[in-house]
Amino acid sequence: MSVFSDVPQASPVAVFKLTADFREDSHPLKVNLGVGAYRTDDSQPWVLPVVKKVERLIVEDSSLNHEYLPILGLPEFRSAASKVALGDDSPAIAENRVGGVQTLGGTGALRIGADFLWRWYNGTNKTATPVYVSAPTWENHNGVFTDAGFKDIRPYRYWDAAKRGLDLTGLLDDLENAPERSIFVLHACAHNPTGTDPSQDEWKKIAEVMKRRKLFVFFDSAYQGFASGSLERDAWAIRFFVSDGFELFVAQSFSKNFGLYNERVGNLTVVAHDSKSLACTLSQMEKIVRTCWSNPPSQGARIVSKTLNSPELFAEWKGNVKTMADRVLLMRDQLKTKLQALGTPGTWEHITQQIGMFSFTGLNPKQVEYMIKQKHVYLMASGRINMCGLTTKNIDYVAQSIHEAVTKVQ
Amino acid sequence: MSIFCKVPQAAPVAVFKLTQDFTKDQFPTKVNLGVGAYRTDEGQTWVLPVVKRAEKIIVSDDRLNHEYLPILGLPEFRSSVSRIALGDDSPAIQENRVGAVQCLGGTGALRIGAEFLRCFYNGNNNTKTPIYVSAPTWENHGAVFTSAGFQDIRPYKYWDAQTRGLDFVGFLSDLESCPERSIFVLHACAHNPTGTDPTQDQWKQIAQVMMRRKLFVFFDFAYQGFASGNLENDAWALRYFVSRGFELFCAQSFSKNFGLYNERVGNLTIVSRDTDNLKRVLSQMEMIVRTTWSNPPSQGARVVALTLTSPELFSEWKDNVKTMADRILLMRSQLKAKLQALGTPGTWDHITEQIGMFSFTGLNPKQVEYLVKEKHIYLMSSGRINMCGLTTKNIDYVAESIHEAVTVVQ
Repeated sequence: MSVFSDVPQASPVAVFKLTADFREDSHPLKVNLGVGAYRTDDSQPWVLPVVKKVERLIVEDSSLNHEYLPILGLPEFRSAASKVALGDDSPAIAENRVGGVQTLGGTGALRIGADFLWRWYNGTNKTATPVYVSAPTWENHNGVFTDAGFKDIRPYRYWDAAKRGLDLTGLLDDLENAPERSIFVLHACAHNPTGTDPSQDEWKKIAEVMKRRKLFVFFDSAYQGFASGSLERDAWAIRFFVSDGFELFVAQSFSKNFGLYNERVGNLTVVAHDSKSLACTLSQMEKIVRTCWSNPPSQGARIVSKTLNSPELFAEWKGNVKTMADRVLLMRDQLKTKLQALGTPGTWEHITQQIGMFSFTGLNPKQVEYMIKQKHVYLMASGRINMCGLTTKNIDYVAQSIHEAVTKVQ
Repeated sequence: MSIFCKVPQAAPVAVFKLTQDFTKDQFPTKVNLGVGAYRTDEGQTWVLPVVKRAEKIIVSDDRLNHEYLPILGLPEFRSSVSRIALGDDSPAIQENRVGAVQCLGGTGALRIGAEFLRCFYNGNNNTKTPIYVSAPTWENHGAVFTSAGFQDIRPYKYWDAQTRGLDFVGFLSDLESCPERSIFVLHACAHNPTGTDPTQDQWKQIAQVMMRRKLFVFFDFAYQGFASGNLENDAWALRYFVSRGFELFCAQSFSKNFGLYNERVGNLTIVSRDTDNLKRVLSQMEMIVRTTWSNPPSQGARVVALTLTSPELFSEWKDNVKTMADRILLMRSQLKAKLQALGTPGTWDHITEQIGMFSFTGLNPKQVEYLVKEKHIYLMSSGRINMCGLTTKNIDYVAESIHEAVTVVQ
């Protein structure tokens, strides 16, 4: 008998199962609109030219070695990453009350932040502090906070299926009714999976309620630059909250905007009221990191750091990011146009109004099943599609397939 | 007022504080015998030549991209490192009952393994299963298991200060009297911090008691090849336990034997009774990894996988490892000879009997303080020294200083 005989089989992570099914499918016209990674117009992964350049510089640099990084990570990475989020001229940074923890992607940043909050936030009632995540949200948010110890994960209203937009009234209502000091996970831009962000005015309203009700702001920022093509525009919400005096966490990911998915480059930016609180917070972050991964991996952080800290490489990087963002915008535009030309029932404005990698098409589960089984077009059961999966070669087939799904299946 | 104002300042990790103090010290003949990283005879860090070679190959390989690795890691890394631990001809591997999870160094492997055991071993979510760690042990062991939720971390007798060797009788007695199903963290070779390993006969006796009392075997394997210079010798204990039919975990680190400290290359090898149990265990490991770091970093794993799977690089690697192991053996031999030549009171055989990076000198805290403050020789208050910190240039100074400490301070 095995000591493991009572271990149950876990279900696979949906988005990876989708890609696995896609790979096994031998249909010649198959399309993968599932997992969130950028693809070129030839449906290929894209190593950013600036990344390739910097990797060569790193391998040739004999002054570099493989000694352990500090527990909190590569110093020049941490400061550059926080700066890119908050802005070069950020008063908070100038006031020495901003710190960074280099983490394993956005996931790692969320987890370290969650672990910290579970230990140190909201007095002795930590486990019971409600954590609010948007309805819907990235499928892993719930799991990260649960495994950090939180027992009460709740949805806040976000997506309005009827109007295919933001349910601001519901959101504000949930903010008003949440217990004081609840933790809210906010998507800084390019909401995953809906692609629907609050407008600047809406963010201001959200901030006003959150401040009044003492709610904790935990931004998830995985698409800076990738959403609109502009780093500053995509950071507007974060910078507004900071200028409004909030203490907050930002879980930053450089997986998408640097195309460095597998090097796990992330940063937890901490904005505190003062430098002493920041120092104490960072010292406790060290203890949390030490028992998780001890100290973070170097390669990805070096690439990002070198790029962000060198004017020439930084400019080249922004160009690469704009290339990706522009292709996504083009696909949005073309998909909407084709659906309208086909006379596909419904409105399709949301395709160009939504922002970032994902679009919440509004297709229902039956229609999604039709797409997958009959048309070999793979998308999430929620109706979420990855715009990056669209190319000039497959967009007609996809538009046609959506048209069929909507007209044939109810 | 900050929401973080009640967060206390955490004490720094001792070994890193030691290195910090060393770095600040201006004394011309200062010596760092603290943190566990290899140094050349010039006191320099060493990037293994084979690593440099592999890195260049990787950067020039245009077939490689940065797409997410699978949750459990790079497949060729996982299989090659489990093979290196268990042996090419391992029956367990042939029987398809060995699995692997690529992790963030040895720390990450310990943490994922610990989380799994807390969730699924000895009942569900049983935080009361006792965890036994050697007295003394690596300073982070207890904390990793505590972070995973275990509430009962206990020492098992190990180091006999009188004999400056293994307290074998005490060790066996703890194995006999502990609660059944307790979890034991065993050092596969080159025990940290004592450098004292059980003999093969002693391992056999340990195994016998552990099998009879249904104790869980969790190996920490951070020095394969580095300890004796020979991969197979250093894996003897692990392979013996597997051959005796144990199901077990083995946390492997490639920080030291590949000198890849900052790329965080580790692996949790899982040996199960059969394929079916293994499959379910791995599916749950995926869940645990997903909410911790999502999927692991690529660079270090690629370097290791490339090296282990190409005969020429593998051979070069083994030489590089032997270079490091041999230099340590030389330093051990010279230190002992010099102390004996100086007529330093006490016996110093343990210096050459101990194995691996560390030596437990037997110096007491007062003597250690003398060395640090008066002689600017930095070592852990436990009396642990990193042999890699010794060089032909500083060994006379260190030997004389130890002589003074022992004769001047009691």
